[in-house]
Amino acid sequence: MTVTGVRASARIVARPDGRGGTALPVLDGEGPLALRRTRSTGAGAKVMVVGAMSGPLGGDRFTLSARVEEGARLHVGSAAATLALPGQAKGEARYDVRLDVAAGAELHWTPEQLISADGSDLYVTTRAELAAGARLVLREEQVLGRVGEPPGRLTSRLTVRVAGRTVLDQELSCGPGAPGGWDGPAVLAGHRAVGQLVVVRPEFAQRPVETRMLGESAALIPLAGPAVLVSAVASDALRLRRLLDEALTGLG
Amino acid sequence: MSRAALLVLADGRFPAGGHAHSGGAEAAVKAGRITDAASLEDFCRGRLHTAGLVAGALAAAAVLGADPGELDAAADARTPSPALRATARRLGRQLLRAARATWPSAELDALARQFPKGAHQPVVLGLAARAAGLAPEDAAHCAAYESVSGPATATVRLLSLDPFDATAVLARLAPELDRVADAAVAAARRTAEEGVDALPAASAPVLEVMAEAHAAWPVRLFAS
Repeated sequence: MTVTGVRASARIVARPDGRGGTALPVLDGEGPLALRRTRSTGAGAKVMVVGAMSGPLGGDRFTLSARVEEGARLHVGSAAATLALPGQAKGEARYDVRLDVAAGAELHWTPEQLISADGSDLYVTTRAELAAGARLVLREEQVLGRVGEPPGRLTSRLTVRVAGRTVLDQELSCGPGAPGGWDGPAVLAGHRAVGQLVVVRPEFAQRPVETRMLGESAALIPLAGPAVLVSAVASDALRLRRLLDEALTGLG
Repeated sequence: MSRAALLVLADGRFPAGGHAHSGGAEAAVKAGRITDAASLEDFCRGRLHTAGLVAGALAAAAVLGADPGELDAAADARTPSPALRATARRLGRQLLRAARATWPSAELDALARQFPKGAHQPVVLGLAARAAGLAPEDAAHCAAYESVSGPATATVRLLSLDPFDATAVLARLAPELDRVADAAVAAARRTAEEGVDALPAASAPVLEVMAEAHAAWPVRLFAS
């Protein structure tokens, strides 16, 4: 018997509801990717991604897309950390996230951590495509192994484009079989949690943010475009989250 | 194509200003992360597979005739640290001056007009190789080698490391360096069809963060 992985996709579309709020005309989950609208206090809509099955496991193919139309505001989080695990199917798992944000729209994409468990093999891509005048807060955190466990193989690519121009394109590979030196003094230097926070605001074009060190293992840096990146490594997920939260608060 | 031209371009004495830069080694030594030949090798291996791979692919794509403006923007997106972007442009400007004097070409002149403050060094390196009649493989090897030779040489000065040990590190990395250069050229060839998104984007978070810390030091031996 041939074992194949799970194929699943989920889609979110947010648009103004005409009454000052945000409607979700499309909220389609499938299999392991369940989507739930939750109560929201402001003008934006809030969606939680709920992992309804374990995974991604080896051989799985997940895709998740969100489109925020002009004037809409959307927050997407997840109910729990995503745990990449080994599976019965051969080969790597893939998890592709596609985000589109229109002019005058805002997306907060702040899922919980991605944990690479021993023996797992996952390639995850996140591609955010923003129109001029769009706003974004995007947080990604990778944790290498559960507590006391060696990590699996994890490759993560993050691409952010604003008005047709790529302002950030970064790929990180770690774990067994990754290109050499990933755990060495140039790449992760023994840290087990690594994170990126990308904030895109049109006003950064006129008033660029200045570079700021956030302790010894994180920095807030202006990108070549109306965007800033907080790049951080930490010994564990908790310290990493604290660094990224403080940086976001500091941006006002 | 001339093999000797490759030696001229890759020579550490080629007057392009690279000797003033440690490729992040100075900050790593200060942080206690490079302490001997073994940790230098680990540092260089990580830099080779990240910054070295990206630089090799950018240089090879420039030899193949990709648009320098698009390559430069791709280099910006792959270099989040403003300190490292500034360093890459400064080195690019210095290399361009040396290359225009060595291999005069209309393309190098045009690049100088397009980027008066300097283009990213690997892009300039690729166009210099092109002007010298070299192949994409040559430019990729040159860029990948520079990604490790700079830190190795700097560490000799920073730690008083035995120069024989530092050179042995480079020799041990040579087979991996060949594979990185091959991967860089393969990716560069894909840009003809797929555009600059096909270029590798391998990143080294600690190098990027430490480069910002290093740039703020009041006194330092190396510019980066």
